[in-house]
Amino acid sequence: MAIETVTMPQLGESVTEGTIGQWLKQVGDAVEKYESLLEVMTDKVNAEVPSPVSGTVHKILVEPGTTVPIGTPICEIAVEGAELEAPAAVPPEAPGASATQEPPSSAAAPQGMAEGRGRYSPAVRRLAQEHGIDPAQIAGTGAGGRVTRKDIEAAIHGKAQEAPTTVAPAAPSGAGPVGAAPATAIAAVPSAPAVIEDGDTVEPLTPVRKVIAERMVRSKATVPHAWIMIEVDVSGLVALRDQIKDEFKAREGVSLTYLPFMMRAVVEALRAVPQMNAQWNGDSVVMKKRINLGMAAATDRGLVVPVIKDADQKNIVGLAKATQDLVQRARTGRLTMDDLSGGTFTVDNTGAVGTILTYPVINAPEVGIVTMESVVKRPVVVDNMIAVRSMVNVCLSFDHRVVDGADAGKFLQVIKKQLESIGPHTSIY
Amino acid sequence: MAVLSYLEAIRETLRQEMRRDSRIIIYGEDVGVRGGVFRVTEGLQKEFGEERVIDSPLAEAAIVGTAIGAAINGLRPVPEIQFADFIFPAMNQIIQEAARIRYRSNGAFHVPIVIRAPFGGGVHGALYHSQSVEAFFAHVPGLKVVIPATPYDAKGLLAAAIEDEDPVLYFEHKAAYRSLKGEVPEERYLIPIGKADVKKTGRDVSIITYGLMVSYALKAAEELEKENISCEVLDLRSVRPLDVEAILTSAKKTGKVLIVHEDNLTGGIGGEVSALIAEHALFYLDAPIVRLAGPDVPAMPYSPPLEHAFMVSPEKIRDKARELAQF
Repeated sequence: MAIETVTMPQLGESVTEGTIGQWLKQVGDAVEKYESLLEVMTDKVNAEVPSPVSGTVHKILVEPGTTVPIGTPICEIAVEGAELEAPAAVPPEAPGASATQEPPSSAAAPQGMAEGRGRYSPAVRRLAQEHGIDPAQIAGTGAGGRVTRKDIEAAIHGKAQEAPTTVAPAAPSGAGPVGAAPATAIAAVPSAPAVIEDGDTVEPLTPVRKVIAERMVRSKATVPHAWIMIEVDVSGLVALRDQIKDEFKAREGVSLTYLPFMMRAVVEALRAVPQMNAQWNGDSVVMKKRINLGMAAATDRGLVVPVIKDADQKNIVGLAKATQDLVQRARTGRLTMDDLSGGTFTVDNTGAVGTILTYPVINAPEVGIVTMESVVKRPVVVDNMIAVRSMVNVCLSFDHRVVDGADAGKFLQVIKKQLESIGPHTSIY
Repeated sequence: MAVLSYLEAIRETLRQEMRRDSRIIIYGEDVGVRGGVFRVTEGLQKEFGEERVIDSPLAEAAIVGTAIGAAINGLRPVPEIQFADFIFPAMNQIIQEAARIRYRSNGAFHVPIVIRAPFGGGVHGALYHSQSVEAFFAHVPGLKVVIPATPYDAKGLLAAAIEDEDPVLYFEHKAAYRSLKGEVPEERYLIPIGKADVKKTGRDVSIITYGLMVSYALKAAEELEKENISCEVLDLRSVRPLDVEAILTSAKKTGKVLIVHEDNLTGGIGGEVSALIAEHALFYLDAPIVRLAGPDVPAMPYSPPLEHAFMVSPEKIRDKARELAQF
């Protein structure tokens, strides 16, 4: 009998464990390849996991609500055509079959397993730091795949043996190849401790908060941020939007905001300055082929940055629908890991919170992040006359290792030109 | 070299010490004519007379109190408390007087006494004949608490305790008396108080323990060798003072520590050992420090299955050590 074991998938590079949300298929249910099998919750997203094969659910090994490390067997599927034992006795189409199925086995997922990967003992952390080893790269032999002190000692031993054949390590301050080194460099600088006084309350970090904190520290500590701003006259854009927004809403079903126009302009700017659509890679720069725009979205749980894939292939309507969809799913916690990965550049609609000037933090390894501030009416000089115009500031943080000020300025100039070329009669299709 | 039981080693050491030093007296319930309820002092009254091996009233406070007085006045008393469970009436004498006289008198007086007491369970002794009391005394500055694990150590530690110029509590496990046998040299030797002993070296897990549990831990370690799990067994020998250096050395070596005692968990020696390791060896730890101890219930049960469940056994140590090795 051919039984395929389904394991907890890795839902993102920094994700080490997942919690079973619910089983969408029960024991005895037929399932098609790629059909959703279960929901998995991680500290970042809730995702539906597709079945890797077609067959019948033979055994569910992990109950909903249980957290297991990636790679842990969670379910068994009898592949089609194979003979089945007990569960097959119940015909899949029998009325009420799913209600009478035996409950998922509770024997699976021993308690300690949930803690296996991603948690390191003090000894492991110390040795990893002393020897510049990333423990996440080591196969753990402890309970639940935990990396033990012996594992890391073996890795150090292995490293020492191969050392003579490799190039001497780069100077600590030099731009060495990226790997474990930057991470350990960050860890080496402890944060200033908080002062806790009577009446203060201490709120533990949520998983999302932890991820945000780690990424922000990493970005600010490893990326040399430079910052510039430009002001853009969007009176034409404001007039256009005022004119068509009701009709647009009626026809397309989503509201028309300034953000899709900004994204169009950013796409053009990225085409004009391709170094901005790139990633820093230690001793090289990766020029990204696709243009995938991340858009910062505030949610109850914290900041998330879903990504509009191939934004350069979408028009204003497509971008409006895509942003609306991502924002809604972000707020309801329904983003998939795919929604959150693959970004090549980030747009932050800071104007939504009313600011007129922002110094955004780059979403490393991307090279830049641009903001669209509040559109405000201001007196400005036009043709030697003072006029009231709708103005917006566009702020750009960029990685000065990859891009210099001249190109960054060109990038903003393209955005400005694009936005200012929009008038009340510009077609959005 | 003669093979002696744990009990015989203690008796022969008492005999040897009393022959060596006429200031040594033994004082306690049934220690003379009867030779002690466990026969530890059998034959000593015959050899040394009623003035040096004295049957006392059933009054522990008086036994220790008069021993303190005798010690201050130049004798070397080795009083026996018949069961460690009965030591509580004497606690005031031990803690308030014996432990503190040197300090209180600015060194003018000191109390060179050795209080011997059989302790421990697993012998179907129930509430009043099974207790482990070492943690109460290990808390007190001015006292030393030794608990030998082998006949060899029983001799060397008892001689050292008698040689010591300050009060020493010497606890003997009842189950060890006749079950543990080993070679004991005839000549006098001292084992320094406060020095632990590595009874077995190992790589994977450090089992830190004392007393009867040392032999249990060695049994567990032997079984685990077959599973290719290598345990180090550190015998503390003294629970006050603790051999901090030996504890840290072993903890740093393996990174995984299992502390075992029969005494109940909360406030036991394991907590102190654990704290020392956490304070001084955190960055060598590869697993949470684990304590295996008697449960926090008021007394040793009389029912054999419950008594068995209460006692730490070689099997329990083996299972915990295996779990830790695999962590």
